Amino acid sequence: MTVSSKKTFRSPLKASRGLGSAKDGTHHWVVQRLSAIALIPLSIWFVYALLTAIMADANAARQFVAQPVNAILLFLLVEAMLYHGALGVQVVVEDYIHKPCCKITALVVVKLGTVVLMAAAALAIGKIALG
Amino acid sequence: MTTHPRPLSPHLQVYKPQITSLLSILHRLTGLFLSLGSVIIVAWLFSLAFAPETYGIFVESAHSLLGKAFLLAWAFCFFYHLSNGIRHLFWDMGRGFEMKNVRRSGWVVISTAIFLTAGIGCNLMYYTKASVLSQEQTAQPTIADVTYSVGTYSVTVTY
Ligand code: HEM
Repeated sequence: MTVSSKKTFRSPLKASRGLGSAKDGTHHWVVQRLSAIALIPLSIWFVYALLTAIMADANAARQFVAQPVNAILLFLLVEAMLYHGALGVQVVVEDYIHKPCCKITALVVVKLGTVVLMAAAALAIGKIALG
Repeated sequence: MTTHPRPLSPHLQVYKPQITSLLSILHRLTGLFLSLGSVIIVAWLFSLAFAPETYGIFVESAHSLLGKAFLLAWAFCFFYHLSNGIRHLFWDMGRGFEMKNVRRSGWVVISTAIFLTAGIGCNLMYYTKASVLSQEQTAQPTIADVTYSVGTYSVTVTY
């Protein structure tokens, strides 16, 4: 038996079968955790901001968002939140909706909807921050 | 071709509700509710930037009873999902899998969430009190200017 110089934990059978019925690797799992870790400080900051500065009236909220540091944090929060939420809702759809056409439609709606929301949020924050 | 019916997993109802399974499904439900919340957050930002005439809807809803109930529910979902998410991340590092510790961390998570939500509840109640107080101060029987204030910010609504 030859010993391969490249260290691999996969058996040749596994390698030839590819990813199997999962059809996907660990990417989804990894980005769900990374976005969760990013959300820990960002979301706590956001709740604090809501309680202290944002919830009063439009002027107070606009002044808050117009601060460059706040604008950047808010942008990161909203994008991470939408991304993490979309990854999560995707799993829920995959788990509970079984009819292929409904499932694919739901997944496309979630993904496109997320992109639209991400763009709208970025544009709104940008407009307030840049004047 | 004969098709064999796929095996069914036992029905959910036969299981005794346990802290482990209840908290697990609660993570999913709160994640879904927070996703709904994220849509509202984007709508709020959009209104702030592009449609100031609609901003009153957000301010007024935040002060209505229903709006407050929604905010309180959101707060619970947030604190629960956050603390249980951290619990998940410890599991992902391979820690805390012994049944005793799983149950214990579950109770820590649920009490943390309730405690922090109660804090938000007090804050929302203070909100109401402040508005009732200023309503009493304005000695106008028919049209009332109600001032809501949070910290140094305040907003006045004429009814
Ligand atoms: C604030 C906005 C957030 C939204 C909209 C959101 C949404 C979601 C959704 C929909 C899921 C899928 C649930 C499921 O598959 O059962 C999920 C899962 C998850 N969330 Fe969040 N989440 C948020 C914040 C957080 C935070 C702050 C953390 C931090 C620790 C976190 C950690 C997790 C983890 C670890 C999972 C995966 C759980 C699993 O493997 O089943 N999430 N989230």
